[in-house]
Amino acid sequence: MSAAVPKLRQRLFGSVGNSLLTLAMVAAFVIYVPPLLRWAFIDATWVAAAPDVCRANGGACWSFVHEKYRLILFGRYPYAEQWRPLAALALAIMLVLASCSLRFGWRTVVAGWAIGVTAIIVLMRGGALGLEYVPTDLWGGLPLTVFLALSGMVGAFPLAVVLALGRRSRLRVVKSICVAFIEMVRGVPLVTVLFMASFMIPLFLPGKVQVDALLRALAAITLFSAAYLAEAIRGGLQAVPEGQEQAAEALGLTYWQTSLLVVVPQALRHAIPAIANLFIGLFKDTSLVGIVGLTDLLLATKQALGDPQWRSFALEGYIFVALIYVAFCFFISRYSRSLERRLQHDRS
Amino acid sequence: MRLAGGWSDPAFRAVATQAMVLALVAGIIAFLAINLIGNLEERSIRTGFGFLWQASGFEIGQSFIAYSASSTFAKALLVGLLNTLVVAILGIVLSTIVGTIVGVASLSRNPLVKPLATTYVELVRNVPLLLQLYVWYAVLTQMLPAASAAPQLLPGLYLAKSGLHFPILHSGAGLVFGALIAGAAAALAYVAWSRRRADLTGAPALLWPRAVLLLGPAIAALLFLAASTPFDVPEPTRFGFSGGGLVTPELTALLIGLSLYNSAFIAEILRAGIMSVSRSQSEAAASLGLSRAHTLRLVIMPQALKVAVPPLASQYLNLAKNTSLAIAIGYPDLMSIGNTIINQTGQAIEVIAILMAVYLTMSLSISAFMNWYNARVALVGMK
Repeated sequence: MSAAVPKLRQRLFGSVGNSLLTLAMVAAFVIYVPPLLRWAFIDATWVAAAPDVCRANGGACWSFVHEKYRLILFGRYPYAEQWRPLAALALAIMLVLASCSLRFGWRTVVAGWAIGVTAIIVLMRGGALGLEYVPTDLWGGLPLTVFLALSGMVGAFPLAVVLALGRRSRLRVVKSICVAFIEMVRGVPLVTVLFMASFMIPLFLPGKVQVDALLRALAAITLFSAAYLAEAIRGGLQAVPEGQEQAAEALGLTYWQTSLLVVVPQALRHAIPAIANLFIGLFKDTSLVGIVGLTDLLLATKQALGDPQWRSFALEGYIFVALIYVAFCFFISRYSRSLERRLQHDRS
Repeated sequence: MRLAGGWSDPAFRAVATQAMVLALVAGIIAFLAINLIGNLEERSIRTGFGFLWQASGFEIGQSFIAYSASSTFAKALLVGLLNTLVVAILGIVLSTIVGTIVGVASLSRNPLVKPLATTYVELVRNVPLLLQLYVWYAVLTQMLPAASAAPQLLPGLYLAKSGLHFPILHSGAGLVFGALIAGAAAALAYVAWSRRRADLTGAPALLWPRAVLLLGPAIAALLFLAASTPFDVPEPTRFGFSGGGLVTPELTALLIGLSLYNSAFIAEILRAGIMSVSRSQSEAAASLGLSRAHTLRLVIMPQALKVAVPPLASQYLNLAKNTSLAIAIGYPDLMSIGNTIINQTGQAIEVIAILMAVYLTMSLSISAFMNWYNARVALVGMK
């Protein structure tokens, strides 16, 4: 304890520059933090109240969140039926947590997802089991954001593995097609890909086929993340020692057996941090579907703020949604770190 | 084993597989193209790029070149491209400055500075960029005062709901621009001269003369003009400002949002780069008697940059592509002007093809430049 004090003093006031920095930080803290805390907590309105009450109190108006949280979280989904997206979201999160715990074999996991996804679709869409039919353009809010991110990532996986293997292929035609796809998609912004999907998919399909806006956005997100995921997996592939491939070939395994049973599983282990970063990026990027008109979490918040009574409390609404995004991203990054550690441990 | 031409012959298999993949891809493309042609005919949508030379019929809020509703669609796209480039370049510069400060702060041993930097990085990285843009836009357009009550930050510089109003020169932009070019030439000449001198005598090339030579003439020209000609100063009136220059809230929100968002990633990249340099390097430099500033600039940075440049390149690429989010807050960038043109002409395919080609060119140029720079720093490290 007695040794810690001089050390701390050295770190805070070791040099003139450092002392000035410390003083500036303390000053900034004293000037900015108390008013901020006053705004967010002390003067804030926490209970359900009219906008005028908030203005009278002067602080943050959490009543806005109280008033609009159903709209923010579930978008325009019929009010009386909103237990359905809630149940579907809970189911999806449970499935993710169960798969992430690594306690179940892959057959159980796949079967669980097959049943779970069917249940989620039935819950959301209705039209069966006495549930009222809800068209996809009414889906929205947090469930939509989570579903888009999950299915974008899972859907992109098979394509990404093929692209990553193709990019390393000795077959020149295969290689150039994969390189062209990956580099083209990575060279353009997601917004243009979403625009392309929403304007051009109807033109590229036979006249009678109708694809709804949600599926179009999902196709765009899947193709987009496949290109990035392919690069992450390729990075992992490069870390797998060449001897593994040669040994598998010597055992008489075919190309696909070698790749899918020997090389790719090891590559994925190396690629975990990159994949987790991509998933965090994808989770945040689902917010762009709002630009092509899907009511995801962010667009639902904007719509809630469209109410002229509450317009001036934009900051409160955005802080609430930001916290939701931060919580999800935080979970993904923590999980990826623990997974990395666990797999490292398995190997040694 | 003599099944030449059979499936078990690797050479045959390679050719056959490639032919099949090619046929598959060609088949998909043909299928899409046939549908496309049929659909275009059925909906009687015009095709071709002829529309580019027609009058656009819409105004654009911000333009760096002369543009009006009677200009062509092609010119509208050019205005959008320039707006995008301005945001991308300013964003890259600003985010690098902020990112460097935060990155260095996150390595600080000061127990107050470090957690602040880490919190900043974690918070900013995990909130969607679009959400941050909405926040900045809301702050700038709702929470700032109207023109009549706008605070004067510096003489003639006002921050109001309508944007940042600043004084401009009536004339003399050419002089400042010329001075800037002359300064750049002088700085380059100094770099070449100091490098030759460093090779001959070992005297290190200094940083500050480059900065002085680069910016000095332009600043001198500005001061001269400021003293000799009157400025066009914005005047607050009851309904807004008259005169002066304006940075719109859309541009400001986009710049702040993009720069802060990317600065968090850049800070992490630089921190990782500096951390990757082994500690014995700075100890060795210290035992040679190098000052801390010299150690950082001559020993640590060259090695850190080698690690940091490739991820930095992809971060800059992301920033350039993310300028397309401008469409969400109404800044007239390439993407949002493209969207307007699609709505006006219905020629989605042509416009999206142009947009994608432009963004692709932009991305490829940035990565070509960063590859060149990477080769340079890598070589310096190897010498």
